[in-house]
Amino acid sequence: MNAQTIEHVHAADEDGTGGRIGRFLSDTRAVFTREIVVVLRDPFSLVFSLLQPLVFLALFAPLLGGMVGGDGIGDASALEWFLPGVIVMICVFGTGMTGSNLQYEMQTGSYERILASPLSRASILTGRALKEFAPLVVQALVITLVAVPLGVTPHLAHVLVGILLLGVFGIGLGALSYALAIATRGKEWMFWTVQQSLTFPLLLLSGMMLPLETGPDWMRTVARFNPLTYIVDAERELFMGTFASSTVLWGAVAAALTCAGGLAVGIRTIRRSAR
Amino acid sequence: MIHTEGLTKTFQRGKQLVHAVKGVDLDVAPGELVAFLGPNGAGKSTTLRMLTTLLSPSSGSARVAGADVRTQPALVRRRIGYIGQGNGAGHNYRVIDELRAQGSFHRLAPAVSRERAAELLRALQLNGLEKRPVMSLSGGQRRRLDVAMGLMNHPPLLFLDEPSTGMDPQGRANLWEHIIRMRDDLGMTLVLTTHYLEEADDMAERVIVIDHGTVIADDSPGRLKLDHADDVITLTFGAVDEADVAKRALRADQRYADRFEERAGEAVVLATDHGARQLPGILHLLEAAGARPEAAAIREATLDDVFLNLTGRSLREDDTPDAAEDGSAAARTANTTDGADAA
Ligand SMILES: Nc1ncnc2c1ncn2[C@@H]1O[C@H](COP(=O)(O)OP(=O)(O)O)[C@@H](O)[C@H]1O
Ligand SMILES: [Mg+2]
Repeated sequence: MNAQTIEHVHAADEDGTGGRIGRFLSDTRAVFTREIVVVLRDPFSLVFSLLQPLVFLALFAPLLGGMVGGDGIGDASALEWFLPGVIVMICVFGTGMTGSNLQYEMQTGSYERILASPLSRASILTGRALKEFAPLVVQALVITLVAVPLGVTPHLAHVLVGILLLGVFGIGLGALSYALAIATRGKEWMFWTVQQSLTFPLLLLSGMMLPLETGPDWMRTVARFNPLTYIVDAERELFMGTFASSTVLWGAVAAALTCAGGLAVGIRTIRRSAR
Repeated sequence: MIHTEGLTKTFQRGKQLVHAVKGVDLDVAPGELVAFLGPNGAGKSTTLRMLTTLLSPSSGSARVAGADVRTQPALVRRRIGYIGQGNGAGHNYRVIDELRAQGSFHRLAPAVSRERAAELLRALQLNGLEKRPVMSLSGGQRRRLDVAMGLMNHPPLLFLDEPSTGMDPQGRANLWEHIIRMRDDLGMTLVLTTHYLEEADDMAERVIVIDHGTVIADDSPGRLKLDHADDVITLTFGAVDEADVAKRALRADQRYADRFEERAGEAVVLATDHGARQLPGILHLLEAAGARPEAAAIREATLDDVFLNLTGRSLREDDTPDAAEDGSAAARTANTTDGADAA
């Protein structure tokens, strides 16, 4: 047994790529690239995913007239209030699906192959979540531009920061979805049941679709414990063109916590699945 | 390269405990080509999964490529290649994309990755399929792609779980030719599992027979057959009388007295090591006694005989139809007259 030789031969590969962070980033890029190439090779689904937010907008905008001057939406026009909500919703739907592709890969051997590679666990989670998130970047920009003729003032820098914040949140949510896929391994229906029954309350109790200010007390109390509430509020503030506000800061905190918590749960779930 | 002590895996299935692997002690030296041979459910895959960090052992320890699977799993993964028993290539991806992705997962520079992908596609006869989605490939092509992916990082230690399942004999031969070439080029250590007897026999320099999670034999195929099985020589005579003469002569010779089956009829059946080497001497002996067989056949000992003698069960009764279809390839017939003349 000459572990010595092996140790020696591989001394070079231990730290080659510039430490942990560098490795995390390059691993994440590798995972992301594998997934996004599939999307890019299928232009139909790409175009469809860009149209989807426009459909939302076309169906909702005409109904918003009735809300003008309504309680709870502050200075914003109904559309300005509603737009960030749609973008958050797309993010939640998109990254919440992260685990669904995994279900299939677990049945073949491809998930196992990836786990046997040297990829860091956090980058597997992050890369896959970002793949679900990527279309949103384009979608958000498209929807914002389309809203301009409808009377929404575009604050591009703010919108980009808003997208970044959503990205951080999306990684956390994606990692949770991934963990759910592992936990419900081989039972696809269970994945969807749990996923759906968590997503909708989460959305409604964040004031994303309808203002909670007019809702009952208990709803507002629950909403205060929902990280999504802070994200939605921060996005609204950002889309109105405000950076320096505690709302934005709380949104960032909520996003960071979701991200850290989601990754921690995800990594733990991957490790436990080896038991 | 590999050192394990008491490697054990117990699964919990509902309220029941499944003892998949029970205390495996193993040493594999650099450059060895080792095959785990055993029936379905013997614990081959579970053992490989522990060695590749995909499962953590319930107890015991393992060092693989100089790192501990429990405490340094990331290091182990960096130094090994793993070709699992399922399809490693994702069905919705294109062939070339999967190869390149695998390269990037092993942190190869894109140029290196491109070059190796092209090389492997050629070597494993997958060229022309680069742009095909994996799900459109045939079973054999898919398996070769899996192997190509496992070789992308030129690992010093490669694990293959049932590598040639679903391939035709020609494809299997090709695959092995390539794996062996890579092994010679790179000095790889190979650990594979198989339930194809011939594959273990032809390819492996060392066969570890595993059954019910326990290693029951561990040696070169030749040695295993010498120790645990016999070649069978069947001599067929023109008449029963002549066969009886032969039996009497054999019974009188202490080398053969307890080596042949007492069976009525024209045939005399002897079990012995080194059948081909023994045959001329036997023919000589019989000739002197006045018995000359019409035909002589040697069926060489197989690893199945080894398994049968060790466990009382045949590996061929096992699962898949193609495990049986391979047949007893090792049967060989010798021409009596030639044999007698040579002796
Ligand atoms: N994840 C698991 N959970 C429960 N039992 C398992 C699991 N994996 C394997 N087993 C059981 O462990 C035993 C050994 O399986 P395996 O290692 O796959 O055998 P082989 O690869 O030799 O066919 C079998 O009885 C199998 O059913
Ligand atoms: Mg197996």
